[in-house]
Amino acid sequence: MTETTISTGTGRATSPSLARRRRRPTAAPYLLSAPAIVLYVAFTVIPVLYAIGISFFAERLTGGGILGVRATTFVWFDNYLDVMSDPQLLAGFGRLAIYGIIAVPITLGLALLFALLLDSPGVRLQRFGRTAIFVPYAVPGVVSALMWGFMYLPSTSPFSYITRSLGLGSIPFLEQQGIYGALANISIWGGVGFNMLVIYTALRSIPNELIEAARLDGAGEVQIALRVKVPLVGPALVLTAIFSLLGALQLYGEPLVLKPLTVTISSTWAPLMKIYQDAFALDNLPVAAAASIVLAVGTAAVSVVVLLLVRWTTRRGMR
Amino acid sequence: MTATMHRTIAPARRTSSQNRARLIPTIVIVIGAIYALIPVAWVFVASTKGPGELFNSFTFAPGSGLWQNLGALFTYSGGAYGMWAANSLLYAGLGGLLSTLVSASAGYALAKFQFVGGRIFFAALLAGLLIPGITLAVPQYLLLSDLHLAGTQLSVLLPSIISPFGIYLCRVYAQGSIPGEMLEAARIDGASEFRIFRSVVLPLMVPGMVTVFLLQFVGIWNNFLLPYIMLSDTNTFPLTVGLNSLLDRGSGSPALYSVAIIGSAVAILPLIALVLTLQRFWRLDLIAGGVKG
Repeated sequence: MTETTISTGTGRATSPSLARRRRRPTAAPYLLSAPAIVLYVAFTVIPVLYAIGISFFAERLTGGGILGVRATTFVWFDNYLDVMSDPQLLAGFGRLAIYGIIAVPITLGLALLFALLLDSPGVRLQRFGRTAIFVPYAVPGVVSALMWGFMYLPSTSPFSYITRSLGLGSIPFLEQQGIYGALANISIWGGVGFNMLVIYTALRSIPNELIEAARLDGAGEVQIALRVKVPLVGPALVLTAIFSLLGALQLYGEPLVLKPLTVTISSTWAPLMKIYQDAFALDNLPVAAAASIVLAVGTAAVSVVVLLLVRWTTRRGMR
Repeated sequence: MTATMHRTIAPARRTSSQNRARLIPTIVIVIGAIYALIPVAWVFVASTKGPGELFNSFTFAPGSGLWQNLGALFTYSGGAYGMWAANSLLYAGLGGLLSTLVSASAGYALAKFQFVGGRIFFAALLAGLLIPGITLAVPQYLLLSDLHLAGTQLSVLLPSIISPFGIYLCRVYAQGSIPGEMLEAARIDGASEFRIFRSVVLPLMVPGMVTVFLLQFVGIWNNFLLPYIMLSDTNTFPLTVGLNSLLDRGSGSPALYSVAIIGSAVAILPLIALVLTLQRFWRLDLIAGGVKG
């Protein structure tokens, strides 16, 4: 009823269906996405193909004997076998796994905890807390590693200053036993705020009636948080989990910055440090390419496994 | 849903226990805030200490070397720090701006047009999100050095412009904020597609674009790996790579530590100010709600 009055009133609006029929295919979408497509092909597709390409070649002696000539030859999966059996790289992947198992769950757990607290009624200082916890997002990873590095270093650390004056000695942040916690702490510190804000924003979009209904049914705030809110922000949690995982697997700047402060971190401590060394210090690009492809495939595999796990558990939860 | 809840929940207790229950969350938030602010507070306090005081006084006691440190920072290696700051601003500002425009036009095209290859492009973009930076950075370096661009400022700027995540967010935003009828009306009025994009679509997308710009600005400003791999001349370094080089050199002479510390303090000030003032323009619901599909 109202629709017809409006359309007769404006006159022109009577013909949208006609207009749609008249619409010719245009070049517009191609022109609009052309800059993005060109840049994506140039800086993502070509580099990936290039990396895959060179990972199958190596410099080998051909012709045999002392008179053999060095030439680039196709070596099938030799570089990948080298990568998979390289003790330094394998040790790096092991260290990365330990670091990730500490850093990712704690980052997400804290982000979820703070987001839920910011969203519950009657809690004080919410605005201040939200802003303060978000501040580390603005600090570059390298700078936060530098700041924490000095807070770990026995001669400048405020924590070790306190424990020393209590007669307990310095805290071994940068020693063998503390290094995983020290590195994980840097990424937790930097990551909680952003993830918290993403989850909090999702929490804000939950319809109020749902929460009110649960409250009328006598649910406590904790129960509402765990049984109503958390399942409803599932998508945001999955997204933050994947982002945190991707970030953790690309660990590079933090150990690099801490390296001058401690002997615990070798120049091949993290896989990316080893790849960088292969590529630029040792000039062995094929192996570096193979290793970075292994890392990329591993990253994708871990992300897919997480997504499947989430889907599986939510489906079980539904039943 | 509410029915199952009713069964499992014990009757709620009132007043005093509820007050206590709300005190604990407040304390937890305060602890979180202290944890987040301690390193920032420490770096500002430490930046007031002269090289002698840094290792000899309680770390949260302010020192007397602020001006001396600032002087040392800005004269370090012939004013290199000012250069790094200008470079960071160039990479993050110009890169973020171009990235936002490229993302907005591609996001709009993907959201509002059915075109051959559009779906493939979008799927490829999503796959691109999963590729670690290093996998790209090493071949990007090789390709750009073939073009004699490696080591130049362009080698950092150009790869920063393409952002699959930015395009994804713009697509989500365009889907939700641009009514199809408005586009039809403009077409019937005879407006060209370019004109529609410029004067109908872009103004509607501004709130989403501000978010993408901020994410990109902070992302590029904080990026380390790409400039670290691409650049070798200290005059082209951004702050992150410059500060790392400073610390690397400082491991031999601890006198440079106080320069590195005040360098960190000065580097994070503008970014914290930017993020805090623009916090309310952030449309993070884009990220939070955009993954329902």
